[in-house]
Amino acid sequence: MAKDIITAENVHLYYGQKEALHGISLGFPEKEITALIGPSGSGKSTFIRTLNRMSDLNPEVTVTGAIRLDGEDIYSPKTDTVELRKRVGMVFQQPNPFPFSVYDNVTYGLRLSGIKDKALLDQRVEESLKQAAVWDETKDHLKENALSFSGGQQQRICIARVLAVQPEIILLDEPTSALDPVSSAKVEDSLLAIKDQFTIAVVTHNMQQASRISDQTAFFLDGNLVEFSKTVDMFTHPEKQETSDYLNGKFG
Amino acid sequence: MNAKRVDKIATAVIYLLVGIVILILVALLGFILITGLPHVTWSFLTSPASAFNAGGGIGDQLFNSFYLLFLTLLISFPISLGAGIYLAEYAKKNRVTEAIRITIEVLSSLPSVVVGLFGFLLFVVQFKLGFSIISGAIALTFFNLPLLTRNIENSLNGVSNLQREAGLSLGLSRWKTVTKVVVPAALPGIITGIILSAGRVFGEAAALIFTAGQSAPVLNYANWNPFSGDSPLNIFRPAETLAVHIWKINTEGIMPDASQVSAGASAVLIIAVLVFNLGARWAGNYVYRRITASK
Ligand SMILES: Nc1ncnc2c1ncn2[C@@H]1O[C@H](COP(=O)(O)OP(=O)(O)O)[C@@H](O)[C@H]1O
Ligand SMILES: [Mg+2]
Repeated sequence: MAKDIITAENVHLYYGQKEALHGISLGFPEKEITALIGPSGSGKSTFIRTLNRMSDLNPEVTVTGAIRLDGEDIYSPKTDTVELRKRVGMVFQQPNPFPFSVYDNVTYGLRLSGIKDKALLDQRVEESLKQAAVWDETKDHLKENALSFSGGQQQRICIARVLAVQPEIILLDEPTSALDPVSSAKVEDSLLAIKDQFTIAVVTHNMQQASRISDQTAFFLDGNLVEFSKTVDMFTHPEKQETSDYLNGKFG
Repeated sequence: MNAKRVDKIATAVIYLLVGIVILILVALLGFILITGLPHVTWSFLTSPASAFNAGGGIGDQLFNSFYLLFLTLLISFPISLGAGIYLAEYAKKNRVTEAIRITIEVLSSLPSVVVGLFGFLLFVVQFKLGFSIISGAIALTFFNLPLLTRNIENSLNGVSNLQREAGLSLGLSRWKTVTKVVVPAALPGIITGIILSAGRVFGEAAALIFTAGQSAPVLNYANWNPFSGDSPLNIFRPAETLAVHIWKINTEGIMPDASQVSAGASAVLIIAVLVFNLGARWAGNYVYRRITASK
């Protein structure tokens, strides 16, 4: 296993008084895909949003424990969340392109961080859209509104938008749950295509998807990390009874 | 009576009421346009008013209305934008915010005569600005601010939170997310709101009678020095607007063609307000297409 690039250490998260994560410790190996599975309400989204401090947006939330990115605690007061989120990008459940052109969507992050060189922007657009496996469908329509594309294409445009900023880690929270199977398969393909360049954490409640694309899988239940192992191992011989029950569709 | 029948009757009543409203509107517009349009000629639109003789125009009043509108928006738009952004994006949900909202609410329901009198006492008298365009523009700003602020706040609130998350998760700061993602996404609504408020401002008379005044000094359109007395750009001169002119002719007009001038001016005013209203839709859509399709 590669070395872990981002590691959660005993992370507790509270929504007001209510504890939603009960001490999660989990490391994400560099340039591999880690799937987070578990029934709905088990804390997958809550956890993944601690990794780029998107959970800060909710003023009710308090987080304890540490999350280390290259050894530095991202919850230390000197962390710049703007810099952090450039290194740890995120794709959401609902495709959320800006209501601008495809080109503007993909270059937005870059241009706002001061890159003006047209050639470089063009190149990054092509590269990112190719990586996100949506270049063929968009290359003749770069000036069109991203919202005029299908849900699956929008989601891949959103992935390209994140890739363009060249983060080290990409978090995806159920990126295919709003998509049809064909579009989902394309998103999966694009994840597999980029995994040798990025570390990926993907929440999914589709177990086939987890088994198809991930290297390791973390199983969440009621705010606890029940089991974390190589995906092949977990799906063939889970260690815990709850994991086995969940994988066999007994609940969730 | 069974439910189906009640439903039918209720629907019929609603249609009837809607019909009445539309009828009144059409009759009113039709009357104003039919009586007024025949008097609207190029020279009517461009020549100055005449107090005693027939044949006066509305040129200065028309210019004053647009100039005052421009100045009002120049003052009220930045303030409203700032306030709207603060309320929609930064204000915490607490008592202070609530109080601000209620204040805006109250301000927006103040009768415009009251706003005018307030402007008169404070700017015209106290600050010694006299009856002037600037006094009028400030009074109209008071009149315009609450609605424009609310419109901007609502337009910003209409932008999905997914957009904010998208911006922040790309590593944009809060401020950049607001200014470069949320505000552009809300722009069509904001533009529509500005133009609609322009229509209201353009037709306003009561707030201006005591602030911008009821006299239209002779203007020299060749004089572009904003500090000279007869320059149209001078903001310290009194300026009767179109709406005030209509009011004045009808209360104390002594020119022989007072009713024709009034009808013509009313038609011009109505057309301008209609253009603002229809233009608002068009401009909103246009801006939306422009941003979404990029250069
Ligand atoms: N904004 C919130 N405020 C309060 N409780 C929340 C909030 N978001 C999620 N929760 C609670 O936290 C728990 C975990 O939710 P979530 O992380 O969304 O689960 P998952 O993504 O696995 O479906 C649930 O019990 C949910 O009710
Ligand atoms: Mg979730």
